Amino acid sequence: MEPLLKLLEENALTSPEILAKRLNRPVDQIIKEIKRLEDEKVILAYKAIVDDEKANRQTVSAVIEVRITPERDGGFNRLAARISKYPEVTSCFLMSGGYDLLVFVEGQSLKQVATFVSEKLSTIHGVLSTATHFMLKTYKEQNVLLAGEDHDERLKVSP
Amino acid sequence: MKTKTMTAPRNFVADHVQAIPRSGIRDFFEIVQSMSDVISLGIGEPDFVTPWHIREAAIFSLERGRTGYTSNLGLPRLRRSISRYVKKHYHVHYEPMTEVLVTVGVSEAMDMCLRAVLNPGDEVIFHEPCYVSYSPSIALAHGKAVSITTKVEHQFKLRAEDIRAVLTPRSKVLILNFPTNPTGAVMTREDLEPIAALVKEHDLLVITDEIYSELNYTGHHVSIASLPGMRERTIFLHGFSKAFAMTGFRIGYACAPVALTEAMMRIHQYAIMCATTMSQEAAYEAMERGEHDMVEMREQYCMRRNFLVASFKDMGLPCFEPQGAFYLFVPIASTGLNCREFAVRLLEEEKVAVVPGNAFGPSGEGFVRCSYATAFEQLEIAVERIARFVKKLKA
Repeated sequence: MEPLLKLLEENALTSPEILAKRLNRPVDQIIKEIKRLEDEKVILAYKAIVDDEKANRQTVSAVIEVRITPERDGGFNRLAARISKYPEVTSCFLMSGGYDLLVFVEGQSLKQVATFVSEKLSTIHGVLSTATHFMLKTYKEQNVLLAGEDHDERLKVSP
Repeated sequence: MKTKTMTAPRNFVADHVQAIPRSGIRDFFEIVQSMSDVISLGIGEPDFVTPWHIREAAIFSLERGRTGYTSNLGLPRLRRSISRYVKKHYHVHYEPMTEVLVTVGVSEAMDMCLRAVLNPGDEVIFHEPCYVSYSPSIALAHGKAVSITTKVEHQFKLRAEDIRAVLTPRSKVLILNFPTNPTGAVMTREDLEPIAALVKEHDLLVITDEIYSELNYTGHHVSIASLPGMRERTIFLHGFSKAFAMTGFRIGYACAPVALTEAMMRIHQYAIMCATTMSQEAAYEAMERGEHDMVEMREQYCMRRNFLVASFKDMGLPCFEPQGAFYLFVPIASTGLNCREFAVRLLEEEKVAVVPGNAFGPSGEGFVRCSYATAFEQLEIAVERIARFVKKLKA
């Protein structure tokens, strides 16, 4: 399972035929395995990684450190799940250290993100404080360097 | 007063250098280099860039001003690290202060070994198809090259009986290179044992070039140096180029009993002085913290190998499944072309570069070497183009 997942994480569009050749396994076995991984929600989704700047998007992204009060019989889970449900929230993690949740938020404008934080997030019962950091520039996104990899400068033929 | 007549200078080049043929690869390289949009499967080095932490170690050593010479043998901590690595992976112990010599790649190490042990006319046995430098290096050290052809029907392994057939009273050295460039052949303990016995019986020295040993897909690389009684008569050569993708750093090492290391050192100290200092610093980082990267790269190579072997089978050119290195030695005789014609036409008609097999010795005729040290996306396109080409030939 692990090598197959790794290949799909590298490029989810790789066809089962090619995956089969690379892993030295029969195609139908690969198709079955992928189906199982999808059914069991090991594979959650397939998405494209987009360079927003090149796509001319005016998206604003922010990372918010959130301190919350843990609850009896559930700790941080209920509040974290509640915060995660907002469509503005793209990722949400429970963290160790000086705050509890790290929340990634995306919006159309600075104002939209600011409104979300001040009117929605910070007003949730149990949220003690928030610290918002706006992202200025992306250099690497999910293992992809935005500047692209360096050109292959090896000699074309060598012993 | 007599005037001096101007005459053309005589040919200053030494006879034994003149006798060395031009490399078949160099010749082909020039054609490839003149073309654009070529996908090359002709490259004998990793496509991975040296892992960042290793590059960073070299930069850091420059920042700290470590730009002087090191000991002739190499940085002591690097030698200690190499000694530990060789013990762990090859099960042979070499004293870091007296039996490990850091070199400018295995190429320098090989040249130095041969020069250190050969008297003019001594015979050196090696298996072929093989890396391009063995025969010329032997000639440059005034030795006599004696090649043994390894065959696809024996999985390109070297067999003791083949060695026995070429032994003479002048036989002195046996060169081994497993996994092999260009065939990808490997040798198991059972394959090596009869060879070790023969070597001991005939009092030969083994020079074992194990540059591809980390890229052994069987998971069990065995060094001949680790077999009983072999450490005393073996020079173990290894380097960082292939396992850690550090070709341009030019860094390798030789491990051998004290007397042999001392002999090589005499040449190395006058010819080279010491291997490049920042490369040694980078090598130290690779030894101490690079194993994880190496394992990752091996996994990638293995998957590409699987893909290429299956693809060539699909196009009607089934080939020996290599168990090591990153090459496929593909038999092309069934296409009706010789290896050079195949390589040149493939290049001209489909813009894919492969290396004609005879660049690795006459016994490589009928094969081309395809390197899978190329990004997977490129391999996919190359396979499509080669399939189209082969189909046209077979039509």
